[in-house]
Amino acid sequence: MVYKKVGNQSVIFSEKPLIRGRGTVVGQKEGEGPLAKNFDIILDDDMYGEKSWEKAESKMLKEAMMKAVNRAGITEKDIDVMLSGDLLNQLMSSSFMARDLHIPFLGLYGACSTMTESLVLGSMLIDGGFAKNVLVGASSHFCTAERQFRMPVEHGNQRPPSAQWTATAAGGVVVSSASDVALCSSAGQNRIRVESATVGKVIDAGIKDANQMGAAMAPAAVDTLLNHLEDTQRSLDYYDLVATGDLGFIGKDIMMDLLAGAGLNKKMIFSHYDDCGTMLFTKEQDVHGGGSGCGCSACVFAGHLLKEMEQGKIKKLLLMSTGAMLSTISPFQGESIPGIAHAVSLEVE
Amino acid sequence: MTNVNGENKQPEKKDIAKAYGKYAKQFTPKPSYFANCLKAFIVGGALCTLALWFQNTLIDTGVSEKDAGTFVTITFVMSAQFLTGIGVFDVIAQFAGAGVIVPITGFANSMVAPAIEYKKEGPVLGVGAKIFSVAGPVLVCGISSSMIVGIIYWFIEKF
Repeated sequence: MVYKKVGNQSVIFSEKPLIRGRGTVVGQKEGEGPLAKNFDIILDDDMYGEKSWEKAESKMLKEAMMKAVNRAGITEKDIDVMLSGDLLNQLMSSSFMARDLHIPFLGLYGACSTMTESLVLGSMLIDGGFAKNVLVGASSHFCTAERQFRMPVEHGNQRPPSAQWTATAAGGVVVSSASDVALCSSAGQNRIRVESATVGKVIDAGIKDANQMGAAMAPAAVDTLLNHLEDTQRSLDYYDLVATGDLGFIGKDIMMDLLAGAGLNKKMIFSHYDDCGTMLFTKEQDVHGGGSGCGCSACVFAGHLLKEMEQGKIKKLLLMSTGAMLSTISPFQGESIPGIAHAVSLEVE
Repeated sequence: MTNVNGENKQPEKKDIAKAYGKYAKQFTPKPSYFANCLKAFIVGGALCTLALWFQNTLIDTGVSEKDAGTFVTITFVMSAQFLTGIGVFDVIAQFAGAGVIVPITGFANSMVAPAIEYKKEGPVLGVGAKIFSVAGPVLVCGISSSMIVGIIYWFIEKF
């Protein structure tokens, strides 16, 4: 048995699972952002023809997952297991999506870190020989998240400048065993492999304000990144891009400052690090602190970053979806917000 | 060296949280209080002026002062409800803030917004249960504090 763990909390995959397909569905506002041309489906109406926002989110996730399966050139029957999650209580979007797909399903909750959580576990299942094709994904919807965590959507409360905008987006990715390589025949595109991963620890820096998500999650992201670099004996510039999930404009600044404080070269941080929450929207879109939600890193990764890799613009990517693990009741009990971040390293073959 | 009281000499969790909160604050843009106050003052003031003008006009046409006041209130509540229903109120409130939230328009919005939101969960357990989810806590605390003030007032009068 090959032992794949390195350092304290990382694994290096021996078989290096392949990214075989990807799919994205985003809402109207995300479709007006700078990454619009990279998404498969952009909705005209965030209800998506459904009767409730929850069902709309579920349908978005389903469509994104199906798009990934189609693009992989396989069918639902070829998928051994599906891993996905969202922000809703009891994982409504994911479970209801799975109800229609008839694929063995494992639901995950990692708040906004779910995209990398599912990708880490999916890659482990493949690398361990437990599955040939795994479908992973995550979704979020502005309206479902607002009503569950904050206020009714039509309520006229003024958002503080640090508040982030939950992305209405879903992303799905098919991860496959490399022994099925012959089956992957996307001509002219680079093959992308999952190379290593670092499972993050829950870190709570004591932020209690639910409008300060970026600040709450940044210490967890820093911890995971530094541990990943130490475990793999790498420097930050090993990666063409290190992308956190949804720290937003404020969290990104904090992350950069904390990394600089940890002794990393400022110039290197500036040229190798970015945040999906700041990539999805422009500041002019009135999103205040930037994008957030499971769908934020899911759609930026599956839509934009993987495309850049296919085209060879990014050769080595470290994706670190970040999650704020608060519950709907914990802020009222005076609890601070625990943060988490999982890292996945992807490489162009 | 042992600490006599067995206290941990390392900085406490609370202190770290405080220090980090302070550190994070320097990255957070502050809301522009002055501009927000000015906008709220202008919009709120304009609304109140409009209400008074409306009330005076009604009184001029022969309506009693009490009825005119009620009529103005109903009109404002209805307008806010309508604007909430067509999804415009939150856009106005994002600009005007307290200018539309503090007058009775804000109360109307705080009732209609959850009512729309929970329509899917049915008229009783959805709308019925959630319609006061925003206004309810304000009402409970408002009425409770007025009771306390009332009791204090009663005692002062008595002695």
